[in-house]
Formats: sequence, C-alpha cells, structure tokens
Amino acid sequence: MTIYFTDEHEWIAVEGGTATVGITDYAQSQLGDIVFVELPAPGSNVKKGGEAAVVESVKAASDVFAPVSGTVSEINNGLEEDPALVNSSPEGAGWFFKLALADPSELDGLMGAAEYKAFCETL
Amino acid sequence: MTAGRSRAWRSLSVTEADMSEDSTDEIIQTLPLDRWHRDQGARMVPFAGYQMPLHYEGIIAEHLWTRRSAGLFDVSHMGQLLVSGEGSDVALERLMPGDFVNLDVGRMRYSLLLEDGGGILDDLMVTRRSGDFYLVVNGATKADDIAHLHEHLPEQLVLNHLDEQALLALQGPKAVDVLARIVPGVEALVFMAAGAFEIAGIPAWISRSGYTGEDGFEISIPAEAAAEVATLIAARPEVKPVGLGARDSLRLEAGLPLYGHDLDATVDPAMAGLGFAVPKRRRAEADFPGATRIVRHLAEGPPSRRVGLVISGRVPAREGAPIFDGEIEVGAITSGGFSPSLQMPIAMGYVAADSAIFGQPLQIEVRGKRLAATVAAMPFVPHRYVRKGS
Repeated sequence: MTIYFTDEHEWIAVEGGTATVGITDYAQSQLGDIVFVELPAPGSNVKKGGEAAVVESVKAASDVFAPVSGTVSEINNGLEEDPALVNSSPEGAGWFFKLALADPSELDGLMGAAEYKAFCETL
Repeated sequence: MTAGRSRAWRSLSVTEADMSEDSTDEIIQTLPLDRWHRDQGARMVPFAGYQMPLHYEGIIAEHLWTRRSAGLFDVSHMGQLLVSGEGSDVALERLMPGDFVNLDVGRMRYSLLLEDGGGILDDLMVTRRSGDFYLVVNGATKADDIAHLHEHLPEQLVLNHLDEQALLALQGPKAVDVLARIVPGVEALVFMAAGAFEIAGIPAWISRSGYTGEDGFEISIPAEAAAEVATLIAARPEVKPVGLGARDSLRLEAGLPLYGHDLDATVDPAMAGLGFAVPKRRRAEADFPGATRIVRHLAEGPPSRRVGLVISGRVPAREGAPIFDGEIEVGAITSGGFSPSLQMPIAMGYVAADSAIFGQPLQIEVRGKRLAATVAAMPFVPHRYVRKGS
C-alpha cells in the first residue's frame, strides 16, 4: 500500500486499483469540530478536482475535492453516526470513501508523507 | 450576504472565509491581548478588522465549558464610546428608540441605531453613568457608528472613542463566584446593571451582561492592563479562555441576533423581533428615525420576521440558504450552525408573516436538498440571567 498526499490536505491510500480517501490531521485541526460529512453516492463517478464531499464544522461548510478520478466503490457509513471520527482518527477510522481508480497516472506528482510534512511546515 | 458554504477548503491555510468579515485588502490590526491569545494556544483569524482568537481547545469544548462553568472572552474589537454633555439623553433618543431619559445611573439598555427609513444601522448597549452615557457598539460597524453619531448628535455634546480600553467578558454559571473573589461587590450587580470597580488596583467598568444567554459580566479595562487582568481571571480553575467560534454558537442558542447577519439596514426592529427595545412611551411619541414604519409594524405585525428554526437530521443550514413553505420560497437563513448543547442543527432566518408561526413546518434548501425544519421559540437554550429580586 502506498499513501499519497495533496496540497489540498487529502490523503489517498492506494492498494491495487483501489484508493481510500480522507483528509489529513492538519486539515481536521484547521477545520475544528466536525459535525457532519456529506459523502458521494456509492457507484457515482468523481473527477479529479471536482466536488466529492462536504465537511461541516460547527462554524462552516467546506468542500472536499476529489484528489483523483474514479468510481466510488464504498463510503464510510461510520461517519454518519459519528462525524467526530474525522477529528479523532483522520487518517484511520475517519476515512471518507474508496474509489476504483480511473487513471492511476493521476497519482504521479502527488506528495509522499515526508514531502507533505515539509509542505505543512511551510504553511 | 454570502452563502454559508465557504470556499474555505481551497484557502484552508489562510482562514475559514466564513469567519472573516473583511475584504482581504483591508489592514488587519492586532488587539491588546494578541500575544496573550497566542500564548494560550489560540487559532487566530481576521474578524472585524482584527486578528481574533477563533478557538483554543475547540469550539464545542469551549461552548460546553461556558454553559457549565465560566468562559473568558476578549471582545476588545467592539467599540466603546462615551457621549457627554447636557441633554445627552434627549439627543440619544433622537437616534434610537430606547428610553434614556428615564434610565437610572448604573443601568443599561439594549438599543438600536436606526436610519431614517427605520432600517437597523447597528445594535448596541447604552449605559447611563453619573456624568455620561457609555455605549458599546459592534466592531465591524464602529467606524460608521462614530461617523453617524458625529453627524447627528448636537454640536455641544462630546463623543469620545475609548480606543485605549480593552473589553473582556466572563460568562457562565460560575462567573459570579469567580469574579466576586477577585472584585468583591460585583455580585450585587443585577442583569443590565453596571458600575465602577477596581481589579488589583486597575480601574474597571463592569456590567452584568453578555452575549451567551448565561449569567456573566463585561469588563472594560485600560488596554495596557488587559493581559494582567485576563491572566488573573483565567488563573481560576473554573475559567477557560473561549474564542469567537463558541461566542457565535452560544449567542445562536440564546436566540441573540448578530449584526451584519441577522440584522442590517434592510430590516426594522419589528421585523427583527426586537419590539422590547421600543418601549411604550417611545411608541406613543413616535419621534425616532423610521418611527412611522416601525410603530405600524409593531402594531399590525411586520410583513416578515426573524424566527428560530430547528432542523431535523444533522445537516446544518448556513446563512443564505432559502426557506420554503411547501412550494413557495418564504425567506432565507441569516445564521445557522450546529448546537453543541442540543446536539442538533439550529438556525435563525426571516420568513413571511404567514409562515412565521411557532410549530410551522418549513423546508430549508441545502446543496439542492430540502431539510425539514420547524419554526421554534427562541431562545433555543433558556437564558439564565440574574435579574432584580431573583
């Protein structure tokens, strides 16, 4: 499994042709207490850079853009019951959705863990 | 007004756009407690032209702590003004619908600056002191308010902007015990009363008032002493610093409107549900700006009014979301969010009079879907003010 990061603070864990997507610890700390997550419908197609999910914190709603294109194969139903999982375990139990990758070459140019950590330190 | 849904994600490293009331080209100033907030671990954001603490440990934790114990807020961005000179009370009544002529020394009133058409220019607190009137106005509107007062107050009156004063608020059920130990005597103040005190030798003007629905105090002190006073109060185990985020969710639960969102020049006091700020004598005399329209709206009912809404499910409805009564669009949300105390989304908005009935089922459109909502009485969470005789 390889984990990639975007400059929009998403992580993508890739195993075979499947990518699991969530937001990073940095992202959740910036958003604050999360009270609702709207996820894409299973079976729907998302396009790299297009709207894929919405995160509602106490204060504001924020778009999450798809980091790569693909077909949504599974969503994290646990977030419906407990959206605060995104705060407590952003890179674990707080994952958002899984995608069947449409074009694995879209992963080229994304950051690795060390590079992303360095990127966050510049913010 | 902008829609509640912000583009925050794209500018995540900058700020929550929704919290900011500023255009980006405006110079952002710092408040006297800037260093103090950063030392407390605050996440700072631009608000009303200043760097302000959004939260320290988290909005929900700070919100619930204030409801349970005591929260210390820095509201130094607000404008503190003094109006002095003979006839100040009568002159203020020419600009606002409150009863200031009969206001006792050491008592305060919530009031409204009105434009000639009756639209609300700002909401504010007015206190009569022995030699002057002390006004606290919103941070984002203070420059306009000062210009308005300069233009309309008689020339023989003096208007002072106390821009070297900081303003703190201590709010919550334990606020009185905490403050009475530091400032003996403050416990004798009742809700909407104020007086001069000393905190560790520092002169302080303290009122029993606030913006959370809880019992509490607002404390005006010289800017150079703000950090000392904040440290003294925050050292008490009952107290935690609380940021703007929880200030907003607390006031929303308390049903208190926020200027620039729930109030602006397009609405009058009757539409805003603020008839209590227009007492009987003033209605009868009808000699304040917009009196004709306001008195008529108070007597006959306004065409639309500010209501509370409770929303089914967990999706919050934000400012700008349209409100429907069946197929008909009847209004829009002006403030909305998730209530930490009630664990459900709540909102305020303006709806047409026919739909503004407690219990009326309405629908709010969020991202193309209709959420079921019900018109509810405000406050959503009961006020716990300590009034005279209680």
